[in-house]
Amino acid sequence: MTAHLVRILDRVTRVRGVRGAMLVAAEDGLVIAESLMEGVRGNALAALAAALAGRLGRAAAATGVGSATFVHLEAARGALLLVPAGQGVLLVTITDAGVNLGLARLEMLRAVAEVA
Amino acid sequence: MTDDIRALTAELARDPNSLAFLRLAEALRLREQLDAAATVVLAGLERHPDLADAHDLYARILADAGSLDAAREAWERAFALDSRHVGTLKGLAYLAFCDGDLDGALDRLESALGVDPTDESVVQALQTVREEAERRLAEGRLRAGTDIFAGFEGAEHGLLLADRRGLVLGGALRSVAGGDVAEEVAAYVAGAAQEAERTARLLDLGDWSAIVVEGAAGHLHLSAPAPEALLLVKRDRAVPPGRVALLARRAAATARGWLEAQRG
Repeated sequence: MTAHLVRILDRVTRVRGVRGAMLVAAEDGLVIAESLMEGVRGNALAALAAALAGRLGRAAAATGVGSATFVHLEAARGALLLVPAGQGVLLVTITDAGVNLGLARLEMLRAVAEVA
Repeated sequence: MTDDIRALTAELARDPNSLAFLRLAEALRLREQLDAAATVVLAGLERHPDLADAHDLYARILADAGSLDAAREAWERAFALDSRHVGTLKGLAYLAFCDGDLDGALDRLESALGVDPTDESVVQALQTVREEAERRLAEGRLRAGTDIFAGFEGAEHGLLLADRRGLVLGGALRSVAGGDVAEEVAAYVAGAAQEAERTARLLDLGDWSAIVVEGAAGHLHLSAPAPEALLLVKRDRAVPPGRVALLARRAAATARGWLEAQRG
C-alpha cells in the first residue's frame, strides 16, 4: 500500500523544482507516506502543513469560500502546496522558488484523484 | 359628520371659551380634515394665545400638511410657552430628525422622557432615532474603510486590510449572505499569517509573501503589504487565481500608500 502511495507521490516529485511530496493526516500532522529529497525534514513539514491547513480552513469557512481545494504558501525561497486528498488526508508538496506552479498543481490534483 | 365631531362642535358652540376646540381640532386632524382642523385651532388660539397645547396641535396639523417651516415656528412658540411640553418636544425632535440632526432629536426626546418616563411613544421614538444613529455610524465606518480601496472592483465586499493582531484597518468583507464578516475574518487571518511565518521559517523557505486558498466557492489571497498589515482579497470562483493575484498586488500598493499616510 505504502509503495503504491509513494509511486503516486513520485509523479509529483518528478516536476522540476519540487523537493518533496507527502501524504499527511490533517488532524494530527502524522506522516502517511513520503517522497522527499535529502535535507527535507519530513516530520516538521507534515506537522507544520497540517497546522497551517487547519488555520486556513477556519479562515476560509468564515469568508464563505467553502472548503479549500488547493493552498499555496508562497515564500522567498520556495513554496508549500497543500491539496486535501479526502478522508482527513492532505497531500503536501514543498518546492523551490522557481517551480512551475501550474504543473505542480496539476500533478498534485491528479495524484489526489488516484489516492482517493 | 361623525357623532364625536358633532358633539364637540355643539360643546364648543355652547361655550366658545372652552378648551373643547383642542379635542375637536385633533379629531378633525386624525380624519385628515386638515383645513377644518386648522380653522378650529386658530379660532381657539385667538381666545387662548398662551396655550402651549394649542400651538403644539397647530404645529402637528401643519406638519401633517407638509408645511414643516410653519410647523417649526408653531412648535417654537409652544416651546417658549412651556419648555417641558411633551408633545412640543416630540415635534421638535421630529423636525431635527427630518433635518438629519440625530443628536438634536435625541436631546429633545430625552427631555420629553424626563418629563414623562411612561410615554410609550417617546420610548419608541428614542429607539428609532438610536437605531438610525447606529446605522449611520456603521455606514460611516464602512465608507471610511472602503474608501481605502475606492475604485477597486469588489472593494465593498472582498478587500480587507487588517493589522497583525487581527484588528480591521479598512476595506470590507461580506459573506455570501451579505453579512459583515470583516472582524471575524481579520482575527482568523492574523492567526493564519502567524502560522505561515512559523512554517516558512522552520522549513527554511524565507519570508512568506502570499497565501492563496482556492475554495469550493471562491478564492482567497492573503499578503502582507507592510510589516504591520495583512491584506485579504476574496473573489468568487469565476475569477481566475492569477487575476486575483494581480488585483492583490495593486491593492497592496494602494494599502501601502494609505498606511504611509496614516503614519503621517
